[in-house]
Amino acid sequence: MTTELANPAPRQDNQDPALFGQTPSQTVGPFFHYGLPWKGGADLVGQSDMGARPELFPEEHYVLNLSPPRGAVAGKTIAVEGVVYDAEGKPVPDAMIEIWQANAAGRYASPDDDRSNLPLDEGFIGFGRAATDENGLYRFKTVRPGSVPGPGNSAQAPHIAVSVFGRGVIKRLVTRIYFEDAVENASDPILALVPAERRDTLVARKIDDAWRFDIVLQGARETVFFDV
Amino acid sequence: MSPLILPYAREDASQPPSLHPGYASTVARSPRQPLVKIPHTLTETTGPAGCWENLMGGALADLTAQHAGTPQGQRIIVSGRVLDEQGRPVPNTVMEIWQANAAGRYIHKKDQWAAPLDPNFTGAGRVVTDAEGRYRYVTVRPGAYPWGNHHNAWRPSHIHLSLLGPAFATRLITQMYFPDDPLIEIDPIANAVPMPYRQRMVSRFDIGTTQANWALGYLFDVVLRGREATPFEDDHDD
Repeated sequence: MTTELANPAPRQDNQDPALFGQTPSQTVGPFFHYGLPWKGGADLVGQSDMGARPELFPEEHYVLNLSPPRGAVAGKTIAVEGVVYDAEGKPVPDAMIEIWQANAAGRYASPDDDRSNLPLDEGFIGFGRAATDENGLYRFKTVRPGSVPGPGNSAQAPHIAVSVFGRGVIKRLVTRIYFEDAVENASDPILALVPAERRDTLVARKIDDAWRFDIVLQGARETVFFDV
Repeated sequence: MSPLILPYAREDASQPPSLHPGYASTVARSPRQPLVKIPHTLTETTGPAGCWENLMGGALADLTAQHAGTPQGQRIIVSGRVLDEQGRPVPNTVMEIWQANAAGRYIHKKDQWAAPLDPNFTGAGRVVTDAEGRYRYVTVRPGAYPWGNHHNAWRPSHIHLSLLGPAFATRLITQMYFPDDPLIEIDPIANAVPMPYRQRMVSRFDIGTTQANWALGYLFDVVLRGREATPFEDDHDD
């Protein structure tokens, strides 16, 4: 005789084998700042506090990481920044941008990039996260990535993969940052898939000391987003 | 030599459209141009791994033990696995967690509705899956709360979850809901996901996970996009 009762009658839910498959995406919402963007998340090479919005919640509730230490990073340090705009041209102050990129030698700090002939930097992971500020601006400090292999024997131009999240963004939007002065852009196999008249939405321009890359969610000069 | 690329599956029928007018904020924040489909390259099939302490930080698995006192509300244990579409565990991957308190209020300064804050509850944590893809954290059940989407709109109780998985292609941000919550079926955000797939986001109460005289248990597995079995391209030795 058992005194333990079984679970209630099964119903369709997350544990139902008939429903097994990808977990659907949902919006990050407007209140992610105390849970996701840590201090230093947008500084991939230094130890600044870039990326977080600690002014949006009381200091005693900051439980995110604190500017983790970095080792030496090879290559040219760059600043990448831009404003996220909605369909009406209004800045989006509650978006979150993530980047993923290779190091200056063109190698990803990932077990799935096993090209051991290329160096890794002890201090460089290549993943960053930044909340947009009240004016819709995001900023990263990183290194200019090297070229990485593309399909077949092609080479991809230096680029940074970008994920866009935000209130009203129900599923991640994916884009890429290319660099205006890279000669490799002309032969990049991914840019070649983009209608020629829209390619420039993927190309960052050097303005003063920063690479400028605005992200337009909708409307005139809408950024090209990828189905990956 | 180009490395061997094993691409990930594309999104399945459960993924919501970017434009879901019932969720009003999507109208001005979703692209109108078609997405440009691109093959998976090394950029999409790689991602950070084993470096969570140097990114978002190490594990914080008990959201009820971050302050001097015990937070208000129903203590719960949420446990499950992170799997790929083939049912294989995704080990050593990070899951970030954030949520409202038991009264349905976020610690965020822009959340100003008339429910109390709880000085003993932040509502943010992180866990890393073990070798079998398992995770477990302790928190309080978040309350429902009103929002401005339409007249008398209320979000169902939910916990926000953020996962990177093994690759850029597997990135996922989602929300976990609770069984028997009548607000789910009238929530525009949950309903951006077509039925029956919406139910994939509904956790199950589990008496086996429940700890006697301490906390209710809920099960929730997260399924990330899986790697396809055959290479996308030939490996050219030259």
